[in-house]
Amino acid sequence: MSSTEAADDDHVYLSLAEGHDDGDARWAFGTGFSDPLHGVDTAVPDAVDGSALAAVCLALGDDALVASQRLAEWCTRAPELEEEVALANIGLDLLGQARMLYARCGQVDGTDRREDAYAYFRAPADFRNVALVELPNGDFALSIARLLILSTWRLALLSRLAGTSDPVLAAIAAKAVPELTYHRQYAADWVVRLGDGTEESHRRMRAALRELAPYVEELLTATGDTVPGILAAPDTGTEAVREETLGVLRQVLAAAGLDLPERPAAPYRGRGGEHTEHLAPLLEELQSVAREHPEATW
Amino acid sequence: MSDAQIGRNGDNGTPSKGDWPLYEVFVRGKRGLNHVHVGSLHAADDTMALTHARDLYTRRNEGVSIWVVRSSHIAASTRDEKDPFFAPSADKVYRHPTFYDIPDDVPHI
Repeated sequence: MSSTEAADDDHVYLSLAEGHDDGDARWAFGTGFSDPLHGVDTAVPDAVDGSALAAVCLALGDDALVASQRLAEWCTRAPELEEEVALANIGLDLLGQARMLYARCGQVDGTDRREDAYAYFRAPADFRNVALVELPNGDFALSIARLLILSTWRLALLSRLAGTSDPVLAAIAAKAVPELTYHRQYAADWVVRLGDGTEESHRRMRAALRELAPYVEELLTATGDTVPGILAAPDTGTEAVREETLGVLRQVLAAAGLDLPERPAAPYRGRGGEHTEHLAPLLEELQSVAREHPEATW
Repeated sequence: MSDAQIGRNGDNGTPSKGDWPLYEVFVRGKRGLNHVHVGSLHAADDTMALTHARDLYTRRNEGVSIWVVRSSHIAASTRDEKDPFFAPSADKVYRHPTFYDIPDDVPHI
């Protein structure tokens, strides 16, 4: 189909007339998957510093992998079956982002490593994720508040990286934008529901924000660590990401009858490998099977 | 019986709400003619039901449109009415318009 595709999408007759010439007998459900990197040139453009690009991919990949692992920990433990699937879906979106980012990192850092080498065979001090994502899940309110903060910041950052000069990172970021938009919406719905809910749900959400507030500044600073030379223009740089992140958080929290408490920043700097004590046990569990069976395939 | 119906206990020891109403979910596939009933779920309100439906029933790229409706809002025929409702149409083959020529470019008739 041509440029009329979007308009035709809702036209029942035309969408039927499109036919199913791909030979898939089960055309009605679950078809039409696409590779987000299809046709993207993997050569590093001359203007892009390969090692800086690798550092960006590694940091954003680590954020996604560790956040994904924490979300996976909700499996069999979520308060409702429906929420359990929702949290697992979000975790899988982030895992997908991590895989593509690690793969790009391996292409450009000169080591030619595969994604598994980054996920399973690095020590905690070699991880570059922000501390926010490695904190234990706590209760549902804390996990939801964390998801709101993370997805708001990550969306602000990746929506700008979709215009970066490395075509692969730009494609990965463009793929992530609708995913993160949904994560943010999902988390915002729940933050408002809990903040504006019962006395108990409000108390728990307020406590969660108080616990997480010290970790927000690291994200906003990490934007600068993440994107040296990639996001230079003032309207797309660190300050813009900071402004959008805090603006969206304020808007959601105001609707929930909450605010982000002023608290001193936590002393961790994940982009420099300085982590909380919570990262090592998380990685031990994440990496145990791959390390026990290093040649296994799945 | 689903976990939601029997009411699970969260890690924090508080029982989950067992009184979220049941919703029925209808999804229109990418090339589907109409919305098809795909299952049901529990949600506190319409918005949450749509969100849950997105997460539970369109994870594998199945749909382009979702409808949700409270199960209690569906009026359904009952088994008792089966004969008076449906039996009278069983022997009236002349109601099928089998004698038309259908052009080749008309799909799904």
